[in-house]
Amino acid sequence: MADSANAPKPSSSVKLVLLGEAAVGKSSLVLRFVNNDFQENKEPTIGAAFLTQKCNLPSRTIKFEIWDTAGQERFASLAPMYYRNAQAALVVYDLTKPTSLIKAKHWVAELQRQASPGIVIALVGNKLDLTNDSESGQGDAEGAEGEESGDARKVSTDEAKSYAEEENLLFFETSAKTGHNVSEVFTAIANAIPETSLKSTRGPGVSNAVGRGGDEQRVNLNGPREAAKEGCAC
Amino acid sequence: MGNEDAGSSEPSDGGEERPPPLPPRPSQTRANGRPQLQSKATTALSSMNIQTQSFPDGSRGSFSTPAETTTAASEGQSSTEAEQSLSSMGLSAAGNARPNDVDEAMSVMSYAPTTRPTGDLESLLVGDMGRKSPAWMLLRSQSSTVQPFEKARAESSGAFADFEHEFEDIPDEPGKPWNDEDRLQLWKSKLKHYMILSSAGKPIYSRHGDLGLINSSMGVVQTIISFYEGAKNRLLGFTAGDTRFVIATEGPLYLVAISSLGESDSQLRAQLDALYMQILSTLTLPTLTSIFANRPSSDLRRPLQGTESLLSSLADSFTKGSPSALLGALECLKLRKSQRHSINNAFLKARAENILYGLIVAGGKLVSVIRPRRHSLHPSDLQLIFNMLFESGGIKSGGGENWIPLCLPAFNNRGYLYMYVSFLDRQPTETGSDPTAAGEEIALILVSPDKESFFALQQMRDDVVTELKKKGLLNIIRTAAHKGRSPINEIAPGTYISHFLFKSKANVQFCMPSLQPAFASLVSRRRLMSLYANLHATVHARHSHLKILHCVNEDTTSLAWVTPIFEFYCVAGPNASRAVMTQGANKVIQWAKREEERLFILGGGVF
Repeated sequence: MADSANAPKPSSSVKLVLLGEAAVGKSSLVLRFVNNDFQENKEPTIGAAFLTQKCNLPSRTIKFEIWDTAGQERFASLAPMYYRNAQAALVVYDLTKPTSLIKAKHWVAELQRQASPGIVIALVGNKLDLTNDSESGQGDAEGAEGEESGDARKVSTDEAKSYAEEENLLFFETSAKTGHNVSEVFTAIANAIPETSLKSTRGPGVSNAVGRGGDEQRVNLNGPREAAKEGCAC
Repeated sequence: MGNEDAGSSEPSDGGEERPPPLPPRPSQTRANGRPQLQSKATTALSSMNIQTQSFPDGSRGSFSTPAETTTAASEGQSSTEAEQSLSSMGLSAAGNARPNDVDEAMSVMSYAPTTRPTGDLESLLVGDMGRKSPAWMLLRSQSSTVQPFEKARAESSGAFADFEHEFEDIPDEPGKPWNDEDRLQLWKSKLKHYMILSSAGKPIYSRHGDLGLINSSMGVVQTIISFYEGAKNRLLGFTAGDTRFVIATEGPLYLVAISSLGESDSQLRAQLDALYMQILSTLTLPTLTSIFANRPSSDLRRPLQGTESLLSSLADSFTKGSPSALLGALECLKLRKSQRHSINNAFLKARAENILYGLIVAGGKLVSVIRPRRHSLHPSDLQLIFNMLFESGGIKSGGGENWIPLCLPAFNNRGYLYMYVSFLDRQPTETGSDPTAAGEEIALILVSPDKESFFALQQMRDDVVTELKKKGLLNIIRTAAHKGRSPINEIAPGTYISHFLFKSKANVQFCMPSLQPAFASLVSRRRLMSLYANLHATVHARHSHLKILHCVNEDTTSLAWVTPIFEFYCVAGPNASRAVMTQGANKVIQWAKREEERLFILGGGVF
């Protein structure tokens, strides 16, 4: 992004994970953020991709270590490996697909239950270019292709926003295709990370957490039960 | 077998008794099926009708012997065309006719021309040879320098006419310009189909057309298969017109290949097997089995979601013609022995604790392998990995490092391994278009059984790259990858062979020359691969026991040579004589022996 600062600003790493249903645009958001690029008909991510990108704030530099996970269900059991010790999470849904918001809510619940307590979660509705309220011309052209009014929006801003406020999440509607709001999401996350959690350059990485790794399937197999347990403990 | 019957006949109609204008063969009325062969030779002009002939001279087992007895001018021996004889007569003295004919009789007697027009010959001999008269052009068309398929290229004939459109998508939406009938028509026009369905009849995958469109066709396929299944008489394949259907049953899955490209059953079956391996690689065998054990009517599309592109790129590589899949072997990047040795050492030195396999791959060609002493890598597993990384765009386009759970079915079909993939040295350009052209990307692949070892392997990647850069090895790899395969005239100067495949059996690796320029296009490449596929199928037919196979047809001459050490297949223009072919073959094989340690990885780095 911006060139590196002249004066050495404090720099710290933030582990960030992207979660959400398949084909909502997780990889496209990352590609826009990291390479400022967009690819039509991108093929599905397999497993997970690891990317890094710096984000310059006035007071400090944040180096995002991004885990872009695959959305397919068969990879769900691996997710804990990626959100464990993550300081931030981007939960993505597709504005044109109501079921993807339901899936997003499940991810938020799982994160609140199992991820590190201070994790910053942002709820992101992607594919704004397919709706009428994208100001850019590209959005309209795209809409014309998608027949009728050109508004493919199926999830209203209010609905998602009120949910985000309830759960205390950051909320954005973005378009990875036009780039609208993409860097804003990451900047907002960077700002929301509490100063205290930025001590080390790399938080305890995945490698340090091997000991806890054995029982990943628990999320799928007995998630509800654990949820109940956590509820009692609080 | 050809020796005595043709050997005795040929000289009698050779040059001596009746000079140039030769009498038609039928005068000789031979009893043992000769006329049939003749009629084949003359009517086979428009089809890819490859005649095969084995040589019972296994005891000699070498190509030099016939080569010595043949004169260079024996070009005319093998063509189906009547004019063919002209060049040989025109260029060689009458005295050469006898050895020529003897040689010919041993090789391809079935192609001895039947009628030889008189008039043309005279005009040739009398006419001005320097001038590019029609006759000269005719003569030139008989020369060994004619490339394979030259004629076919001009005519764009036969089964491959539609091949250029083979990979075009059938439009998704039943929108305005396309109704379902048009789309079905388009679907039917594809030359190759792959379908996968569950034994309960649920569609899982089809290469062409969305499953909604072809649901009824899938139903028909399922009905046919289960009819035979019900009769306890499993259906393996059937033919409709010139289309071959091959069916493989793998546990709860039916895999069907439908081909109008003339592939053999065993080849189609191998392709289906690879698709099945891809499914196992996604799910593992226990998962696949348990899905259907619990609910036979399960829809496998959901657990396989996102892998359609992998299946399709694998299927397309078969349809385009993949020498790697045909030979069941891998291709390596050609490097000096010392360079490969240093790469292996740098790789081994940086080895992380948990690693199972480490690979460096440049543009789909293996550069270096490190592996534990007791495990070697299976080509079919590597084929899946290479397909994932280089053929389908999913990982290549991501721009990051990847951590991929996958099952390598030939290694162990019961569990997952974890694969770290990093494409090296990629400048993040603002346009996203890669500076290095496709097929030159260098990837580092590290496979570990430990799913938590990402950062350990990332560290290893950094160490390997630092070491390779320090010693300049990365540049060497990049240069070699950029250079690509050597052109044939660099490998065997002066030969008329246009292309070859050489498989080293012990190393399960193969090499071949560049496909440029003659076989660069999709269609000509497919023609070439079909020819190889035919040779391969004939040589490997169950009862053939062939060592050497020389085939001649309208627009190619080809040769297969199989020994316990290697398999060799080569192709030349239609007029290349057997002598020319053997000479070229020997040159290439000598080259392969000489360069063995550069062309192939012998063992790799072992820890």
